[in-house]
Formats: sequence, C-alpha cells, structure tokens
Amino acid sequence: MSEYILELQGITKIFPGVKALDNVHFQLKRGEVHALMGENGAGKSTFIKVITGVHKPEFGKMFLEGKEVKFKTPKDAQESGIAAVYQHPTSYPHLSVAENIFKGHEPMKGPMIDWKKMNRDADALLQQLNADFKSVAEMGTLSVAQQQMVEIAKALSTNARIIILDEPTASLTKRESEELYKIVDKLKESGVSVIFISHRFEDMYRLASRVTVFRDSQYIGTYNVDEITNNDLIKAMVGREIKDLYPKPEVEIGPELLRVEGLSRTGYFKDISFNVRAGEIVGFTGLVGAGRTEVMESICGITKADAGKVFLEGKELKAKSPQDASKNGIILLPEDRQKQGLIMDWSLGRNVTLPVIGKYAKYGFNNEEAEREVSKELLESVDTKAVSIFDKVNTLSGGNQQKVVVAKALAQDIKVVIMDEPTKGVDVGAKAEIYQIMGELAKQGYAVIMVSSEMPEILGMSDRIIVMCNGKMTGELLCHEASQEGILELAMEKHNGGNNS
Amino acid sequence: MKDKKSILGKITASREASLMIVLIILCFVIQMRNSSFLTPSSIGEMLKNNAVIMVMTLGMLNVLLLGGIDISIASTLALSGMSVGMLIKRGIVTNTFLCFMIAILIGAVCGAIVGLTISKGRVLPIIATMGFMYIFRGAAYMVSSDEWAGADALGSFKDFALNSVLGINNIIWIVIVCYAIFFIVMKWTKVGRMVYAVGSNREATMISGIRADRVEFFVYLIMGILSGLAGAMAVTVYASAQPNMMYAKEMDVIAACVIGGVSTTGGRGSVGGALIGALIIAIIAKALPLVGIDAIAQNTVKGLIILVVIVLNVVTQRTMDKNVLKGREM
Repeated sequence: MSEYILELQGITKIFPGVKALDNVHFQLKRGEVHALMGENGAGKSTFIKVITGVHKPEFGKMFLEGKEVKFKTPKDAQESGIAAVYQHPTSYPHLSVAENIFKGHEPMKGPMIDWKKMNRDADALLQQLNADFKSVAEMGTLSVAQQQMVEIAKALSTNARIIILDEPTASLTKRESEELYKIVDKLKESGVSVIFISHRFEDMYRLASRVTVFRDSQYIGTYNVDEITNNDLIKAMVGREIKDLYPKPEVEIGPELLRVEGLSRTGYFKDISFNVRAGEIVGFTGLVGAGRTEVMESICGITKADAGKVFLEGKELKAKSPQDASKNGIILLPEDRQKQGLIMDWSLGRNVTLPVIGKYAKYGFNNEEAEREVSKELLESVDTKAVSIFDKVNTLSGGNQQKVVVAKALAQDIKVVIMDEPTKGVDVGAKAEIYQIMGELAKQGYAVIMVSSEMPEILGMSDRIIVMCNGKMTGELLCHEASQEGILELAMEKHNGGNNS
Repeated sequence: MKDKKSILGKITASREASLMIVLIILCFVIQMRNSSFLTPSSIGEMLKNNAVIMVMTLGMLNVLLLGGIDISIASTLALSGMSVGMLIKRGIVTNTFLCFMIAILIGAVCGAIVGLTISKGRVLPIIATMGFMYIFRGAAYMVSSDEWAGADALGSFKDFALNSVLGINNIIWIVIVCYAIFFIVMKWTKVGRMVYAVGSNREATMISGIRADRVEFFVYLIMGILSGLAGAMAVTVYASAQPNMMYAKEMDVIAACVIGGVSTTGGRGSVGGALIGALIIAIIAKALPLVGIDAIAQNTVKGLIILVVIVLNVVTQRTMDKNVLKGREM
C-alpha cells in the first residue's frame, strides 16, 4: 500500500485565456491534516475542483491509494470517498438537516424514504460532531458554522476518507473556529485525511502537520509546519518584495470630498462615520460579512440607510438610487464584476460608454463615433490588453475586465471612486497594474475608497485604514501605525465580546 | 483571431443568416408543391392576414429582450378592437384615423397599467400579464355587451384594409413603417441600447446609473400601444369586431420571436430576427393548407416546425459561443 492516500502529479489545467494550474504536485498522507496555502488566484480552488472531479485537467495523473484514477464527474470523486466542504455551504435551506445530510443517498425502505432511519443516523452523526442542534431543524435557521457542521456530517455520511475544507473559518467567529478545530481533530483521530485551505496562519499552525504552497498557478513547495517560519511561508506565497507590488505614489492630500455621519441600516451596519479627502486612499477592511459592502451600497443609493447623512463636498447628498450617486460623482466599482459591473456579452467599448450614452446621444440617436473614441482613449489610459474595443468582455481575463470597469467609471464625471474588492480573482501581475491605476486615481485628485479583505493590499495602498466588525467601525488607523495583527484584532474584537447574533 | 471567417463560418455564426436559409428552404419546398404560393397577390394576402401578429412581434421582441413576457396582448387587442368596433357601430366615431388613435390610446392605457404593475409593483411578468389577460378580455366582452360589429356595421372603416397606396396595401404599409421605426430605434438610439443593457444585465445597468424600472415600464407601454394598434388593424382586416377575436394568438407572437432567435432570458434578439420569425409563422399558417395538410393536423405540424427551428437556433447559438471562446487570448 502506498504511503499516500492521494497523490497528484504534474497537473495542468488550462482555461480559455489562462493556465489555472501549471504542472502542480500534491501528496496527502493517510490521516494527516494538510494545509494548502497561496494568494487568491494562486490556483487553490481550481486544484480542489480537479480533485473533486469538477474540472478535468489537461495533463497530469492522480492516484488514490496508489491506483490511478480519472474522475469524470463529481459523483465519481464522491463515490471514491472524496468530499468537499465549501466556505459557503451549498445547502437546501428549506429542507431539514437530515435531508441535507442524506441528499442523494437517502436511506430507503422499498421505494420510500426511511425517515426514521434517516433522522436517527443524522442525529448520530451530529452527536459525533458535538453539534448543538437536531436533525429535524430546518437548514435555513442554522448559523453558517452550524451549516458547515452539517456539510461535514454529510461528508461523513458518504464514508468519505478524504475531506477537503475550503476556507472553512473565513466566515466563522473565533469561538466557532475553535469548535471547528475540535471537529477536525476528531476527523483526524478517526483516520480521515483532511485538506485544509485557509488564509489564516493561525488555522494552519493549529491544525496542519504539512503545508503546500501554490503561487501563480504553480507548485512552490511542501513544508513541515513546525519547520517553516512565518516569513519564509509568506515569501513562498507572495514570491516577491511587497514594495514592488504596491506602487503607492506620493500625493498631496486635498480637501475633504466625502463625509459620512452616523450612517446606519438595521441589521447590516450601525453608526458609521468617516471622511475621505481628495487624493486619499482609504482602505475598508474587516472579516467577510462585517458590513463593508453594505455601507458602500448605501452611500451609492443602491440600498437605503435608516439613519445618518452623507456629505459630498460639504453638501448633503441624498442618493435615492445609483443614478443620483453617479450623477453627483460617486462611482461604485462593484465586487462582482460579472454580475454587477459589466455586460459580459457586450463589447468593451459599449460597456465603457453605457453610463454616459445620454451624454453623447443627439436627439436620442447614439453618436457611436464619439463613443468609440472616448472608450478607446479610456481603455488605453488604463492599459487594457485586448485586440480591439469591439472584443466582447467575456473574452478577457479577470484583470482586464477590472480595467474595463475602471475605464467605465472614468467615462463619468467622478469625484469619489469606491472599489469593492478590486483585485478579487485577478492574478498577481494584473493586481500590480490595478494598484498602479488606483494610485493614478488618487494622484488625479479623486477620493478613493478601497474595500478589501486582503490584508497586504490594505496595508500597501491605504493612507488610512478603517476596520469594521459586525456592522460597526472598530478602528481607524493611519497607514504607518497599522499592522496585520492590529487590524485582525480590531476585525475580531467584538466577536470575543460574545455578541454574535 | 483576426483571420477572416469563411462564408460557411459567417452563416453559421449569424442567427439571422441561418434563419434566412430556413425561410428560403421553406418557401422553396412550398413553391414546389404549389406554384400559386409565390405570387405577388398571394404574398400580399399572406402579409395582410398576418400583419397583426407581425406588428405585435415587435413589442414582444422588446418585452423578451428584458427577460419578461406579456401574455395579455391578445386581450388588449380584443379590448381596443372591440371598443373601436362598437364606437363605429353606434356611429359615435366614423373617422378612420380617429379610430386608429382611439385604439392606440386604449392600448397605451392597458400597456401602462401592465408596465406599472411589473416595474413598480415588482410582480412577475407572467403572473401580472396572466391577470390582465383575463381582465382585458373580460372588459372586451363587457364593451361588446353581447353584440358584435359585422362588416355592414363597420362602414368605411373596413375599406382601410382594402385600399392601397403606391400599389401596397395600407395594412402592409403600417407593418413596414413599424418595422422601419423599430429597426432604427433598436439599432441606433439610446433607448434601444438601454433595452438591451437592462435585458443583458439589469443589476450592472442599474449600477451604471440607468433607471431600469423606467425602461421596463416603457417597454410594456410600447407593447400595449402596438397591441392597441393591432386591435384596430384586426377589425379592418377581418371586417368584424368580436370580443373573442385573436383568442390565444399571443402564443403565435411569442413563437415568432422565439423562432426569430430572441432569447427568452433577455438581452439577445434583433428586429431582423423577429421579422424573419414572424414571416416563418405567417408562411406556416398560409402554406400548410396550400400543400394539402389537413386542417386538423395543422397545429401539430406548426408545433413541429417551431421546434425544429428552435433546435437549429440553439445549435447556432452554441457555435457562436464556441467561436467566442476560441477567440479568447491565450
């Protein structure tokens, strides 16, 4: 029998436009917890999808218990004992916990579902995981942490030998994370092998015995956790000095452009007050679900705040709709480019001029020539790599799509630019370019707000950093007094206070 | 990726072109079976008889481009047609132009109510228009109060569909003008671009500062106006106004769009495609009797042809999508 329960050799996965995995190796020992780390876009998720049979690699081999396997569908992987638990549980919110656990392999009594057995078995699994809820509870009423537990129970119910946890702690509180650690320990004891993806070093040190690092779709190395220092690990992950990545220009900070006072929206955020000045980049950070995006959406009039005021250049602005905000020069570059930022099967040029067609149209007729000129100029100014402005946006890579979104913003008369997770799903090279553009925007005297969960870019690009936690502002730091640890503490402060609802 | 596409590639890559081929083959086959099909008078007759469907197809194109649907249009048509018919019968209005204006106004009111319900009330289009389908049809019956307007009651109004200008029937002129206007509006104006934008990605369009709800209201309003116009057209073409006129014909309108390659999920479709789709529907209706298919079998054959064309559409769309992927930078 092989030492490794799972082994992957020379895996290469090509997507149109990008090599998502380039000759990647991986070895998982029986009963070990193996961390998989790397920056966003390093290829971790694609790699997981190869293991679970969602993607078929172009090259490379995969061995399970020493025998070569080729998964055609996720079902093949499931039947071979591989189960994945994702950060956002993919459940049926209106069904019971037991139904969710046994979805697809319900215990049967003849042609009928054996409800008694299903609930009993589900309860047994939940007990094994020390869950504090019953199998008959409705899935939608559970917290994210509890839903994750259900997912793990589901993995166990299929007799999974390998369980993959994809950023399981990302949306958990500290206490919930502790619970999860205990569950993982239990899994390990019972002989299950675990692949653990996380951005948190804390998780890795607490759980994993070995760690594999990916960077830019490539395999960098596998290390024993007790033998590698934090710095070496970061170097392996980032692969370069952080200074190069964040070309922050020296900018003279101008007058205040945007001021927010006591902005609140019940259930989402409370009492948010801050200001942004011309030429300033303000970073908004916090854990997922802290309410950062929701604050920005209220400023832009996408959702309505219950209380509080927004001032633009000293005058109160009541944005009832995104139109109001953009007319006044507040532009949101949304987090989800494909869903909120762009029309994917339109050309680059059309996307850029969409917000301003009215400006160029005469008697309702579009002035396509003027539009083409403007969009060409703007797209070139942000260095978009495409053959022509007639190319469809869905032919571009994520980084280039982001540039189109920026060009689209520039087509309007802007004062305040809000960039929500501007580098999400963008590779490292394009990231640096986006930071460059962000610096340019500040230099030209715009007020820039960057919402981001990525600590390095928050630290590298912001003049000021605002930390949110559970819908409240927990800190405001100047760039030079901020540290990763300091921010994390603020981002999680209230969780320790025990007020997590 | 800059290489010129082969002619075959171009044809398979353009939906309108592949539909055109279907249309030509259809005409050819029918002509072989019955040589009276492709004569000027026969074609004119066919267009006149399907003018109502063709005009409403334009409105439905816009509705479908937004990802919506409107099944109340045949009822709107009946209400406006019946109203005009009764006004003429009672001798209240006799001027043909005025009759058309009244029909359009009634259609506009219906369209505005539907549009408000959907854009402001945020009711699902299928549900909202299902309700109005019954309401407007019922209203048409109430207007008729158990009567109907026949040819002799309609006086000079029925002559409109018999007269021609420059050798082309008045009704066909209306169709031509409507298609010309919509072709220009959808291709070259701000409004047209906005309809495509909202239908392609409502959320992104809203964030881009465009009032999606206003675009949506406008589209249903236009749909109503065209249905109202179609009501007057139907009365003069068939020289009668009955409350059950064009019953269930909204499905033919939707079918014309779908055959013409208009995506029911929004964002994709063109006036050219809609025109070809409407023509194919018209030809099917006209030709099936000509080639000797029994009246009882006609609906079945019609359904089969629609399915074949749609499968062809899907295949073309996949080829197009594939070409896009091939064009991606590596």
